[in-house]
Amino acid sequence: MIWLIGSVVFWLAAWALNVRLAASGFGKTRAGQITVAALFGITLLVLWEGLVRGFAVPTVILPGPSVIGPKIVSSLPILWADFVQTVIRGALSGFAIGTVAAFVTAIAIDRSPFLQKGLLPVGNFVSALPIVGLAPVLVMWFGFDWQSKAAVVVVMVFFPLLVNMVAGLQASDRLQRDLMETYSATYTQRLLKLRLPAAMPFIFNGLKIAATLALIGAIVAEFFGSPVTGMGFRISTEVGKLALDMVWATIAVAALAGSALYGLIALIESRVTFWHPSQRK
Amino acid sequence: MGKIAPVLTVLCAIFTLWYLAAVWMNATWVYDQAARSGTTVTLAEVIPQTMAQDRPLLPPPHQVAQVLWDGVTGQAVTSKRSLVYHGYVTLRGTMMGFVLGIVLGVALAMAIVRFRVMEVSVMPWAIISQTIPIVALAPMILTVSNQIGIDNREVPKAIIAAYLSFFPVLVSMIKGLRSPDQMQLDLLSTYGASEPQTFFKLRLPASLPYFFASLKVAVAAALVGTIIGELPTGAVEGLGARMLIGSQFGEPLIMWAALFAAAILAGGLILIVGWIERLARARMGVPA
Repeated sequence: MIWLIGSVVFWLAAWALNVRLAASGFGKTRAGQITVAALFGITLLVLWEGLVRGFAVPTVILPGPSVIGPKIVSSLPILWADFVQTVIRGALSGFAIGTVAAFVTAIAIDRSPFLQKGLLPVGNFVSALPIVGLAPVLVMWFGFDWQSKAAVVVVMVFFPLLVNMVAGLQASDRLQRDLMETYSATYTQRLLKLRLPAAMPFIFNGLKIAATLALIGAIVAEFFGSPVTGMGFRISTEVGKLALDMVWATIAVAALAGSALYGLIALIESRVTFWHPSQRK
Repeated sequence: MGKIAPVLTVLCAIFTLWYLAAVWMNATWVYDQAARSGTTVTLAEVIPQTMAQDRPLLPPPHQVAQVLWDGVTGQAVTSKRSLVYHGYVTLRGTMMGFVLGIVLGVALAMAIVRFRVMEVSVMPWAIISQTIPIVALAPMILTVSNQIGIDNREVPKAIIAAYLSFFPVLVSMIKGLRSPDQMQLDLLSTYGASEPQTFFKLRLPASLPYFFASLKVAVAAALVGTIIGELPTGAVEGLGARMLIGSQFGEPLIMWAALFAAAILAGGLILIVGWIERLARARMGVPA
């Protein structure tokens, strides 16, 4: 009971503090915003722990953060091996191949308006389809190891990236293109000096979407068969063993990996597209 | 003409490539069979044999179409082998998740637009929630809801679908509810409008185009969420479960049929939502 009351009191106190912080001048600064967001996150953890202890929820249903935390620390080697297998071998290699493939295709069809008109609707449609469904097929083709995971990721990220890149290459406006014309710039010069830089906001938009898709693809593909490492494999086997602390530890690693990948892309974006209105402070 | 010809060309190219790939990939099996029985086959004999295998590596389009047609019309709609039945199970989960996602997204957007503290504290976590691969959470959501005593398999699926579909609605609704400009807000304040009045007469109508634009993304996300929710659990119903069964029992045709049924379902949902969007825009006098 004391846990329940304690966590609810903590929640109310933190919320009141957050309301004051958000309204104050400090809440307008970057540090203030991070503080408020972090406080909210901590509150969620405390509330989780309090509810688990207060209602005496058994760990086979929902372990609290105080159980999961030590589990992460004690099984670091396993988690690291899973991370390497799923994220670095599966997701990142597939992400890289898919990005290059989409980029090359976008440049290749760039000169043909006919192909663009044909590929854009098809690409738009395909990127709305549940492509994860291809996972079992690709696992059948490429075997159980990371190659099949990378293949799933390639297929999943290709179309959103292609659509964004083609749209991005058309983003420069008439006046700018006319200026290049008066400079008598060649096709390559126009591409490198005007159209690719102008396409960057779109490309990064696509990359951000693709980053989350890549992890989903790599993990889903492991449900259809994998070697004895990998996050998807770990999750599905540990759920079967009711070792939920390990499952949550893997989820935590997956969440961290997903956020880190997204954050990295956002960071590169703010360096590359510093000129774009959405990046100005 | 202007739009259809390029799309048709691309589709034709895809089908041609698909047939070529089917011949190329399935030929290995034909050659193996021939080598085993000690006969040789010419290319002209190989090609027909690659078109109708029981367990092809890549079934050619007409074979997929046939299995799909058989799955839809070949059995009673209630049969466990009917794709209509499994499609319906998936559709039900999708719709529940879609509605749940819309409600959650709109409610959160309203709170975020109204209270600054919500924006600063919840919004970063909403973004982070989308970078977490939901598939990692899916089996957990299923076990937890099972243990709590929700036997209904729909609920966890709907939660996963809602988790994926609430975000596009949230982002668009925040944009939409903030879209009225200062002049319009000032006008309402000169009328002495109360806060609910401002909300219902200005902010809400102004946000509707944004809302409908987000629905297409949300419905596609909800379908993906439902299928993912059906995958890791040994679920017996739904298109995701069919894919898993096809994969585990080495029946590629089941897998392909389920995959295309899911694609058709997605296409249909997007068309319907797009149609509703157009209807709503026309009703509100937005030029099409």
